[in-house]
Amino acid sequence: MRFPRALLKALLITGFALLLPFAAFAGGEGEEGDVIKVGVLHSLSGTMSISEVAVKDATILAINEINAAGGLLGKQIVPIIEDGASDWPTFAEKARKLIERDEVEVVFGCWTSASRKAVLPVFEGLDHLLFYPVQYEGLEASKNIIYTGAAPNQQIMPAVSWLLQEKGKNFFLLGSDYVFPRTANKIIKIQLEAEGGNTVAEEYTPLGHTEYATVITKIKAAAPDVIFNTLNGDSNVAFFKQLKAAGIGPDDIPVMSVSVAEEEIKGIGAENIAGHLAAWNYFQSMDSPKNAGFVERYKAAYGDNRVTDDPIEAGYFGVYLWAEAVVKAGTADTAEVRMALRGVEYEAPEGMVKIDPVNNHTWKIVQIGAANAEGQFDILWSTGEPVRPDPFPALISPDEDVIEPGVMGPRS
Amino acid sequence: MLDKLIAGPPSRRQYIAYGLMVGVLLVLPLFLSDFRLALVGKYLAFAVAAVGLDLLWGYAGVLSLGHAVFFSLGAYSMAMHMKLQSEALPDFMVWSGLEQLPWFWEPFRHFAFALPMAVVIPAVFAIIIGYPTFRSGIRGVYFSILTQAMALAMSILFIGQQPYTGGTNGMTNFQSLAGISLYKSGMRLGLYLATVVTLVGVVALALWLVKTRTGTVLMAIRDGENRLRFLGYNPVRYKLATFALSAGIAGLAGALFVPQVGIISPSSMSILPSVEMAIWVAVGGRGTIVGAAAGAVVVNWAKTVFSESLPEAWLYVFGGLFIGVVLLFPRGLAGIADQLRALWRTLPGRPAHAPQPQQRAPEPARSPAADGSRNHASLALPVVEPVAATAERES
Repeated sequence: MRFPRALLKALLITGFALLLPFAAFAGGEGEEGDVIKVGVLHSLSGTMSISEVAVKDATILAINEINAAGGLLGKQIVPIIEDGASDWPTFAEKARKLIERDEVEVVFGCWTSASRKAVLPVFEGLDHLLFYPVQYEGLEASKNIIYTGAAPNQQIMPAVSWLLQEKGKNFFLLGSDYVFPRTANKIIKIQLEAEGGNTVAEEYTPLGHTEYATVITKIKAAAPDVIFNTLNGDSNVAFFKQLKAAGIGPDDIPVMSVSVAEEEIKGIGAENIAGHLAAWNYFQSMDSPKNAGFVERYKAAYGDNRVTDDPIEAGYFGVYLWAEAVVKAGTADTAEVRMALRGVEYEAPEGMVKIDPVNNHTWKIVQIGAANAEGQFDILWSTGEPVRPDPFPALISPDEDVIEPGVMGPRS
Repeated sequence: MLDKLIAGPPSRRQYIAYGLMVGVLLVLPLFLSDFRLALVGKYLAFAVAAVGLDLLWGYAGVLSLGHAVFFSLGAYSMAMHMKLQSEALPDFMVWSGLEQLPWFWEPFRHFAFALPMAVVIPAVFAIIIGYPTFRSGIRGVYFSILTQAMALAMSILFIGQQPYTGGTNGMTNFQSLAGISLYKSGMRLGLYLATVVTLVGVVALALWLVKTRTGTVLMAIRDGENRLRFLGYNPVRYKLATFALSAGIAGLAGALFVPQVGIISPSSMSILPSVEMAIWVAVGGRGTIVGAAAGAVVVNWAKTVFSESLPEAWLYVFGGLFIGVVLLFPRGLAGIADQLRALWRTLPGRPAHAPQPQQRAPEPARSPAADGSRNHASLALPVVEPVAATAERES
């Protein structure tokens, strides 16, 4: 049957004309009244969506829990979700949209350091508030960002010290080519020098790189005691598979990763990474009633095959820390909440967490685990209690330190 | 077939319409918040780039799928300037272990250097890429693939050179431009107006250019490069010049983009944004200049609207729209009015008379004498073919 083309065109024009105004107002100012609006800004499309959607889910879970328990100051929390689309300029644009147009009280979001750097001028320029849930390279302490992931001294540096004690002195540094691995390795090299270790080689591959034969040949030639892995994303899948195929197992040369959590193991395959190490503040396998409840609720909400991990947990408890501060301040007003956040505490799945009143980072427990055949981590070592965050480790910033949120001064 | 679908130079009625559009752009700041104004400013910067690409693709028939590189080179020039205005040694150099400013960064301190470089660097780069390719007769889809490879290579290069380019993060956190704080009131408005003025200038330049003899030669290259060669023209020179001009315009657009958006990163110079640029032109209407500019604004506006209202599904809606537009409106937005008029005539109950020509007749060819010794007047005829015939065959 020949469908009249003209009719089709007419339909499409009408459809387009009807859709646009609808779309323009659908996300509009509709939800007025007695609610507290918060922004959620993660990549829901693009390469980072595989990691960030899970964090967004955890943030929404926490919001729903608070709402179900009666809300905050008697008001319901309304999350406004935006897609950063794995594109840094989009992150900046959406952050501005959430603050200026939607007038949210706080934003939970970002994953990569690149996206955080992109939104930082927006949050500082508009004097607003962002909760950032992922471990990162440090050397930043904005008064407008609350860092709920690990600072270098809560993940990288203890991992290096532990390896020096347990595994050997010769380190092979492998990372993706961007700011986090570069800065992390800068810290590691200085630390190794100070604590009597050796950097035998330092290799970088582009983000998304999947061909590790050359790197593995170099590893074999350098024969290190340990590989310190700061690769990100898909590259880990290729690297661990090819490392195993090359006959290098965790007993020969253990790999310590700082960007591979339970969520990433699903992609890598538990059999490829079993026995290798990771340093985090939280593991799904942590044995506490608080964590058991969190894992159960997360799975109930999003499916039995889902796992929790460190950034997911940080995305979750960030909402509760903010809620504690709102209750303390008696208002959701951004400026007052930011003051109230200083020193605020919360019993998170990983244990007690606290916002440092000076540098806006979070006091967290530090742990090292070995991946097992079930895709979980067996915890080998733990600090047992929260460690003070230090975004400017004295090793690489000998003269300067944070003296109050957003202000740098001479180290005391 | 698309190649024949071109509009002639604009009529008086069109000029009035253009005047109205400019008027709307000039009064928009009265109605928009700063945030929305910056967004419109971004769309208009994209529109500038679209006009440049339309000159190249719509008129000379050369499809560059690497134009985001030229756009980003312009943007990076301006970003380097703004970075040096904000910090003595840019932050990414500090954390990459660089202790001194690289020599090639030094002159970008001066706005008077950075702004022209935003145009010159992309144009020179286009000549470097274009000269060997055009000379060896690489055309059509092969040229497009080549430019796409260039886009990929350049983005990898910029990611890899973190100490000099900021790597994946790109450059952000700018404080001031040419000594004026970006947060000063009126700065946003100033940048917006500068973009409007640039857009009007670039559109005027393009409309003028396609009316000149050079414009005619460009269309002849698109429609019959060999025939043109036989007539004694060297298409390489024309293509190269247009490629460079188009790249320079893209660079200028980039320089307007970066202070308004506040960040530039290698994600803006890869294949995807390059293809997006071609989509703006295709949606707006190839070979229409103003249509291309409108295409850039409409596509990006729709992107904002859909991603804000349907954050989890917007890409599907957006993709569906593209497919729909390309399938049903091969001549883009600029052709919709004509198509609607044709549709109106075919409605039942209306007298079925022969459709009027929807495009006015081609301009009479200028007299050979006025064009100097070379006799190319006959070229104008096969080039500017009335659209009506094609539209009829289609429906």
